[in-house]
Amino acid sequence: MKKVFMPLIMVALLALIPYVAVTYANMSYLFGVIIPYAAAFIFIAGFLWRLFDWLRRPVPFPIVTTCGQEKSLDWVKQNHLESPSTRFGAAVRVLTEVLFFRSLFRNTKAELHTGPELVYASSKWLWMGGLAFHWSLLIIGLRHARFFFIEPPAFITAIEHADSFLELTLPAFFMTDAIVLVALTFLVARRIRDAKLRIISLQTDFFPLFLIGGIVLAGMGMRYLEKVDILSIKALMMGLVSFSFDAPGEIGALFFVHLFLVSMLAIYFPFSKLMHMGAIFLSPTRNLPNNSREKLHKNPWNKPGKFRTYAEYEEEFREKMKKAGLPVEKD
Amino acid sequence: MSKYAPRKAQLAREFLEKPTPLKGAQADREWWEMPVDFHDGNWCFPGKPETLKEIGFPNPRKWAATDEDWQLPDGWQKIIHDGLKERLKKFRSLKLYLDACVRCGACADKCHFFLGSGDPKNMPVIRAELLRSVYRNDFPMVEKILKGFSGSRKLTAEVIKEWHSYFYQCTECRRCSVFCPLGIDTAEITMVARELLNLIGVNNNWILAPVANCNRTGNHLGIEPHTFVQNIMSLVDDIEELTGITVNPTFNRKGAEILFITPSGDVFGDPGVYTMMGYLLLFHHIGLDYTISTYASEGGNFGLFTTNDMMKKLNAKMYHEAERLKVKWILGGECGHMWRVVHQYMATMNGPADFLEEPVSPITGTKFTNAAATKMVHIAEFTADLIKHGKLKLDPTRNNHLRTTFHDSCNVSRGMGMLEEPRFVLNAVCNSFNEMPENTIREKTFCCGSGSGINAEEFMEMRMRGGFPRANAVRTVKKQHQVNALVTICAIDRATLPPLMRYWNPGVAVYGLHELVGNALVMEGETPRTEDLRENPMAIADEGEDDDA
Ligand code: SF4
Ligand code: SF4
Repeated sequence: MKKVFMPLIMVALLALIPYVAVTYANMSYLFGVIIPYAAAFIFIAGFLWRLFDWLRRPVPFPIVTTCGQEKSLDWVKQNHLESPSTRFGAAVRVLTEVLFFRSLFRNTKAELHTGPELVYASSKWLWMGGLAFHWSLLIIGLRHARFFFIEPPAFITAIEHADSFLELTLPAFFMTDAIVLVALTFLVARRIRDAKLRIISLQTDFFPLFLIGGIVLAGMGMRYLEKVDILSIKALMMGLVSFSFDAPGEIGALFFVHLFLVSMLAIYFPFSKLMHMGAIFLSPTRNLPNNSREKLHKNPWNKPGKFRTYAEYEEEFREKMKKAGLPVEKD
Repeated sequence: MSKYAPRKAQLAREFLEKPTPLKGAQADREWWEMPVDFHDGNWCFPGKPETLKEIGFPNPRKWAATDEDWQLPDGWQKIIHDGLKERLKKFRSLKLYLDACVRCGACADKCHFFLGSGDPKNMPVIRAELLRSVYRNDFPMVEKILKGFSGSRKLTAEVIKEWHSYFYQCTECRRCSVFCPLGIDTAEITMVARELLNLIGVNNNWILAPVANCNRTGNHLGIEPHTFVQNIMSLVDDIEELTGITVNPTFNRKGAEILFITPSGDVFGDPGVYTMMGYLLLFHHIGLDYTISTYASEGGNFGLFTTNDMMKKLNAKMYHEAERLKVKWILGGECGHMWRVVHQYMATMNGPADFLEEPVSPITGTKFTNAAATKMVHIAEFTADLIKHGKLKLDPTRNNHLRTTFHDSCNVSRGMGMLEEPRFVLNAVCNSFNEMPENTIREKTFCCGSGSGINAEEFMEMRMRGGFPRANAVRTVKKQHQVNALVTICAIDRATLPPLMRYWNPGVAVYGLHELVGNALVMEGETPRTEDLRENPMAIADEGEDDDA
């Protein structure tokens, strides 16, 4: 189980570094200002580079994976979502993937029973887990906007309000915090327990899960247990987004753990599978319309090629063709 | 049964007894620590040296997958590296799909080869990892530093053996890509991997021999023009004997309205020939002005399973011949991979076909606007339109001796999206159509297990394994509805499904859609029909089961 423990240890070490450095060496400037700036820069530049690196490569052929009836005869009902014939339709298809994980919704689990007999059971767990995980992260991310504005935009406040409607604790408990933890646990557990998942998983699959787990725990720790100075945090964050280099105030080490792990995630992001966030928009099996017989798709590197022409063919078989009564070009 | 496949009972027992990840058993090591195994039944014979020379492919030599030394050419690592680099530049799909997989496992149990073998390397995600692990070793910079962390490895001769084994245990069916949340298409990876392997002479005779034949004679079977004509004429005789009708196909005729191209398996192979008889009867029935070419006498294209350039080269003949014969448009017969090429590649590779006209059915006047650029219409679309307009005189009770189900071929369903037309036609020509279970049809259809050029006799064990999910679904309708006829619109299926059915479901025969059309067509002036195109007695009373529809 090296591939589970190694990334776990790495994340633990990463969490320890800022804690020790800030508590015992007073390096809050490095961890509060320099590293976050560097991480943000690497994240943005890296992300854009990766997108550019994909986009500069051509899509020579329209390789749509059609998952429904194509547009054909007038009276045949087309599946506009799964086999779109327009660019707009393809855009809708991609959006349903991004927002609702449409393809994952199809998921089944194959089981081999005596017979031998294959049975396909509906299996929506991954879809639910994935959706819960990604959507909670998004909402949590949006909630954080309040640290960057003096007066947070109305929709942010609305999200916060909706997220904490249970008001079980003081400060109000955010549902998404719980959801993301449950989803994370599920995503890690299935990689360990499911035999198929265990063998396909690599260290790079566990690492970001643990890293995000660490971030969430540190964040929750600050909110619910070991209170930190919110006003200083807000001052620091607002400083950062306005490109100020002022030193952070007295905040509490847990905050630096949180911020450092976020920085690490940002740095790791562009170089890892986390880039699937961008890739999903570009996937040519999904983002092209299925109209390749109707409209010509251009391949930039297509060159006229040599092939065996009819003339060459007739040259070889002329006598046999004539005997068989086939018309020929040359006698 | 073939000496290259274990007995059915033995395979069935293995399915139940062997612990595999499919059945929840944890593997005892990582996948890259599992050795590659070649034994009778799981590898295809390599291309013959003369074949390679004929098509100008590198490293012709005599070898076998079971050899210790595969006699790879000098500097083969560099050839592969450079080849991969070049293809990464040409295909966004390749780069994207190598980079973006999150190993979520949604595709894992969707591949028929995994379901039939339990071998973890047959999970699409690991199949892609076979190449990805080497790519990661060399390309994205940071992952290169973090070697063990990101699961990368060196390119060794052992890896080449593994590629050869597993990229020929993928039929490029794209079922995995239907389920992948990122749309990752493992077939794209397989296609590139096969191109790379071809660069160093690691190849498959069952693919390269048809490629060479097709290049020279125009069709996979290497049939020369006179024999090609003779064969169709013998089918014409058979039709006359059965129906009293003389159909008269023409060959290489200039000025015909339509050029008809179908896989050569329909001209030579059993049961494909019966489908061909169906086409001939249909064209006669509606008085179609068409011709068949002996030069472009192959609908299929094994270039698709070899290299991009070869696919383009073989496909070029279709337009070239259409232009020479001055036809208005092209009608294509029943085939799977042929239609992947026609639908998604042909116009881009060898178009635009400005010398052709936008296809219009001469019988119904229907404009096939969906084929406006490629100018090639699928026979199922064409026939469905005829039936919809009431242009065919059909007697579906003539297929009452058949209880049918329909197998969607991979390429037509997932690479084209033609799902309804064949069903519409089938329902019009027979009274007993039963769908297989929902997860095994339409876009979720299972491959026959032998597509993409691995239909070799010596590969029988893997074929029976890969075809198991398909056969299993047929078995369900066989039990529920006494199905005895598996109808397809694919020439490869017509070659591969009969042995699969004999192995797993004896008693189920394989039919082409237009064979059933041919059975049902009431021809003007025909002699009373008592036998179907296979000369099997037609009407067997179907007690109490007759549809009232
Ligand atoms: S479904 Fe897609 S992303 Fe998930 S493991 Fe398979 S190829 Fe990778
Ligand atoms: S394309 Fe088909 S055969 Fe290949 S990995 Fe995917 S599901 Fe398996």
